[in-house]
Amino acid sequence: MTRKVNYSASLCRHDFGLLHARIKDAVAYTAIYLAAFYAVLVLAGIILYVFAKGFPVLDLPFFTTVTSVVNGTVGIAGNMVNTVYIVVLTLIAAVPTGVGAAVWLNEYAASCKAVRLIEFATETLTGIPSIVFGMFGMVFFGTTLGLGYSILTGALTLSLMILPLITRSTQEALRAVPDGYRDGAIGMGATKWHMIRTILLPSAMPGIVTGILLAVGRIVGESAALLFTAGSGYLLPDVGSGLVHKIMESGGTLTIQMYLSMARAEYDTAFGIAAVLLCMVLAFNLLLKLLTRRWNRISR
Amino acid sequence: MNGIKIETTDLNLYYGNHHALKAVTMDIRADAVTALIGPSGCGKSTFLKALNRMNDLTKGVRITGRVRLDGVDIYASGVDMTALRRRVGMVFQQPNPFPMSIYDNIAYGPRIHGEKSRARLDAVVERSLRRAAIWEETKDRLKKPAAGLSGGQQQRLCIARALAVEPEVLLMDEPTSALDPASTLKIEELLLQLKRSYTVVIVTHNMQQAARVADDTAFFLAGEVIEKGRTKRLFSGAQDTRTRDYIAGRYG
Ligand SMILES: Nc1ncnc2c1ncn2[C@@H]1O[C@H](COP(=O)(O)OP(=O)(O)OP(=O)(O)O)[C@@H](O)[C@H]1O
Ligand SMILES: [Mg+2]
Repeated sequence: MTRKVNYSASLCRHDFGLLHARIKDAVAYTAIYLAAFYAVLVLAGIILYVFAKGFPVLDLPFFTTVTSVVNGTVGIAGNMVNTVYIVVLTLIAAVPTGVGAAVWLNEYAASCKAVRLIEFATETLTGIPSIVFGMFGMVFFGTTLGLGYSILTGALTLSLMILPLITRSTQEALRAVPDGYRDGAIGMGATKWHMIRTILLPSAMPGIVTGILLAVGRIVGESAALLFTAGSGYLLPDVGSGLVHKIMESGGTLTIQMYLSMARAEYDTAFGIAAVLLCMVLAFNLLLKLLTRRWNRISR
Repeated sequence: MNGIKIETTDLNLYYGNHHALKAVTMDIRADAVTALIGPSGCGKSTFLKALNRMNDLTKGVRITGRVRLDGVDIYASGVDMTALRRRVGMVFQQPNPFPMSIYDNIAYGPRIHGEKSRARLDAVVERSLRRAAIWEETKDRLKKPAAGLSGGQQQRLCIARALAVEPEVLLMDEPTSALDPASTLKIEELLLQLKRSYTVVIVTHNMQQAARVADDTAFFLAGEVIEKGRTKRLFSGAQDTRTRDYIAGRYG
């Protein structure tokens, strides 16, 4: 008898608890829904606002000319070229080093202590504000090495900044490669380097490319580290040997130009550049999604 | 009678301070299947890996004693690893096809050893897949990723990959423990074929398997070889009670 009463009492409590949980659940659900809605709204708002203000500025001359009082043109052709220069040079400096460092850390380094120290260092490097990199780059590459305000100085500075990102993503990709591949290849008589070249790096490639794309995003969006290293030149390089000399000249990326335009209260130009930058970011993200999906399909 | 293919003398192996192989002296007969049995952690895999120096990859490993392949010490200085591992191939517990096509998996070994001719590679691929009894299942999908094969097929692919470099010895570490009974049977049949032209050393936890495929069997316990000899003799009347107990399933 008592048992029965107890049982129903506990059932009752249980029921009440269930109701309570349901209410909590509903509240949490609504809150999450609102938060997500807010995030989407903000994103859509920014994009729409920038596009609405920016697109009217975008005409053909905006892309094909440089700003000139004499010719009466307003354009970002020079800045686009500079951006490409900086991206390419930075990657040339950072990708082989970063990937090499990751391979060494993961596959060769004998001492765990050294590895952990280096990993700690790279992690810390990621957290350093980019203006600090800018200052270091200006003083070290610009003054000490005498490279001055130049695209090269900017690219070298940025390469330091993205090095941890490349190393990290490569290391993670290498770690995800099953040990069975390593044993299998070594057991076939492959040398370590052959194994790395033919098995590890190809398997890690999706991760490495993802890291590189993220790095490109950071380079394109960077301003503080470039302002005092690559400077703000906006002219197009002369065709011919000028294409090489350009490396030693000052050159501002799109982001730098946008900063300068805002400082001069040329908001039309700034919005135009912002629209271009947003398009680039969207394109990058799409590309990343596409590649990831493709790779997932292949590996399955 | 078969000659001696591999001969270990007083082989000791240490992982740091852990003495994993204790004075193992053993002859492995050519063109026969030798099974290594014993409870988990007794050093079977360690011994197997010592036969093609896969332990070299592990940090803190120290080895004393001799391992002779056709009378030549494989731990002597100046031994070419690539050449050694070409002669002594290995198949692992987990099928580990490389993330590439079936064709490229098989061609991987020959390419390491410098084979570039497309025609010869084609021939090697077909011959190896046939020998591993998986040609019929793969001939129409050679360019497809090896990951698309079933576990049992993947393991036979790995055997084919090991055979592609024409090894003399095949080391197999529990090659069927991750497979279903039907695939296991296929691989056991394959082993009986292979031993005509290869020396096979196989680690197994399955006593029936050892009885079915192995000519010789060695029983390991805590890093020592307790007893070794013809499988028939060992399984019908082992001298050491520990061997008898293990074979009868009274051990871990
Ligand atoms: N890399 C290593 N570092 C340190 N100790 C190891 C290492 N590999 C194996 N050992 C130890 O050496 C002993 C023998 O290991 P081994 O892998 O050869 O056993 P096994 O007989 O193959 O066991 P199992 O049947 O479980 O595969 C075990 O005690 C194990 O813990
Ligand atoms: Mg083992």
